[in-house]
Amino acid sequence: MTDVAAWPAASSAMAPVPYRVRARSVENFESATVWLEPIEQRVASPLPGQFMMLYAFGVGEIAMSVSGVPSSADGTIAHTIRSVGAVSKALHDADAGTVVGVRGPFGTDWGLESCVGRDLVIVAGGCGLAPVRPVIVQALARRSGFGRVVLVAGSRTPEQFLFRDEAEGWTQNPRLDAELIVDAAGPGWQWQIGLVTEPLRRLTVDPRRTTAMICGPEPMMRFSALALMEHGLAANDIRVSLERNMQCGIGWCGHCQLGPLLLCRDGPVVGYDVAAPLLQVKEL
Amino acid sequence: MTSAVIDATGLQQLVSTLIEHGYKVVGPTLSDNAIVLAELKSADDLPQGWGVDVGPGRYRLRRRDDDALFGHSAGPQSWKQFLHPPRQRVWSSDGAQPEEPPRYAFIGVRACDLSAIQILNGVLGVGAHADRGFVSRLRRIFVVAVNCTEPGGLCFCASMGTGPQVGPGYDLALTERIDANGRRYLVDVGSDAGSDVLATLPHRDAEQDEIHSARTDVSAAAERMGRQMPDGDLRELLVASRESPRWDDVASRCLTCGNCTMVCPTCFCTSTEDVTDLAGDHAERWMNWASCYEFDFTYIHGGTVRQSGESRYRHWITHKLGTWHDQFGSTGCVGCGRCIAWCPTGIDITEEMNALAGLADDGFRERPDPGDADD
Repeated sequence: MTDVAAWPAASSAMAPVPYRVRARSVENFESATVWLEPIEQRVASPLPGQFMMLYAFGVGEIAMSVSGVPSSADGTIAHTIRSVGAVSKALHDADAGTVVGVRGPFGTDWGLESCVGRDLVIVAGGCGLAPVRPVIVQALARRSGFGRVVLVAGSRTPEQFLFRDEAEGWTQNPRLDAELIVDAAGPGWQWQIGLVTEPLRRLTVDPRRTTAMICGPEPMMRFSALALMEHGLAANDIRVSLERNMQCGIGWCGHCQLGPLLLCRDGPVVGYDVAAPLLQVKEL
Repeated sequence: MTSAVIDATGLQQLVSTLIEHGYKVVGPTLSDNAIVLAELKSADDLPQGWGVDVGPGRYRLRRRDDDALFGHSAGPQSWKQFLHPPRQRVWSSDGAQPEEPPRYAFIGVRACDLSAIQILNGVLGVGAHADRGFVSRLRRIFVVAVNCTEPGGLCFCASMGTGPQVGPGYDLALTERIDANGRRYLVDVGSDAGSDVLATLPHRDAEQDEIHSARTDVSAAAERMGRQMPDGDLRELLVASRESPRWDDVASRCLTCGNCTMVCPTCFCTSTEDVTDLAGDHAERWMNWASCYEFDFTYIHGGTVRQSGESRYRHWITHKLGTWHDQFGSTGCVGCGRCIAWCPTGIDITEEMNALAGLADDGFRERPDPGDADD
């Protein structure tokens, strides 16, 4: 990406606000976390589960969930970005000092506040660990506010696992029941092999006092929700984070529709009672 | 306030007065073998004595046997191109602000299209993130609406509850009257701005029988529309029809060209385009009209969500008549019939809805509500 200076502030809701990459950390061979700090103008702090529109200067803009707990002190926002297309590659590659654009925060959040006093089951698949990471961090930070906290995090391979060191730390943390699982293991993998639904089926949960939060590929979310509903969880106690094409983030462009939902506004976090009948219709 | 009457000279003066007031006056003109919305320099630019013959996939001008200026139904364009332009620069890295939009005066806004403007406002003009460009353009318009006394060949506004009598939102509303005494206009005032403009025109109070006969002709037009939507709750019908066999049928005729979305007065979808100059130092963001029929409209990493023609037609009609209610609290269809005329294969939104209703009556609604399923 070209070296660009911050650009002047603009009033349009479609105008990116210049932020600077304060630090960058490689997560794995395809993903990196970037910490973005405001230069002058500052956007509101995103809640876990919400997303920002991130702009790589001259390349384009994509929707990206926040992967860190925003520090309200300095306004830094963390995103963990997997390089899959032109824009995500440019953002993934952005070194410290690079100026990028942000808009947001947009959409619904995980609603952790509404789960105080309840058990949490957090299920993540692949990059889906990034949007739920702030929930795990926040739940651990105020651990006494919740009952049992379960994390089931899956990935295709150990190499693709996000936050690998942190996740391994979670498995050792007595305040968290964390299970890591990969489809196909490799040398040095000490945790489980299989799909996230397997540990979910073995789980003992009290369905009346449990809220689940699931983020990952759609089939993984459907089967995870099904496994939890077999334990007696009500669909509206299961929250999923849905992904669709997003171009504006503010309900103008129409691309992110899923049936009655504008996912930039009514999502990305949606109750499974709402999502299930929509996800079961092919190409809705 | 009672209704007034202006004659052909009064209409001339209406256009010139609005121009003098600084408005960019836009109305129907004759161009490229169609009724085209364009800037009027005077009322002489209005299409005098022209009507249109429309049918599914068909639009032809025809000569009328009178000198009516508003004796034609909807053309290929609507007012959305002025309020929600096809291409807009929404950001520039050099800090350039968008140009001050013109103050538009719209001449000849039909009931359906006035309703469409309000529906667009419900999408873009309200909520947590109102489109300020849209709002500033909308707030400054002056609307001269026109009641319809003869429906076009594809109109179904009566069925959608939007016409043929114009609803609120106009500054002045005209009803064109032509008889042995010539051409004149019954004028209803809808705002103070309208009242002020009328005061500058030569006019007289309308006689009771003039008002009565104009209203009667407008009401009668409602009875002469050849199309209507099925009875019942269209939103529910579309929810129940998500797996209808009709989608396969309509997809065999739909070219997924997107014409229906371009001519629709309420279709608002856009795509964001980020561009740079050759050196890469200057960047701009543009918002361009898009269509849900484009193959990559729903592209996400891993592929396009709505790949089949079935799913794209289903999305369009379901959004227009069903999920628009969920998202914006109103229907997205005003019954103007443009999508029928400009569909290259003549797909008729009312025929498709009636077919869906027929299939639903034949047992589709017997199926369990998908909302009750747990998977």
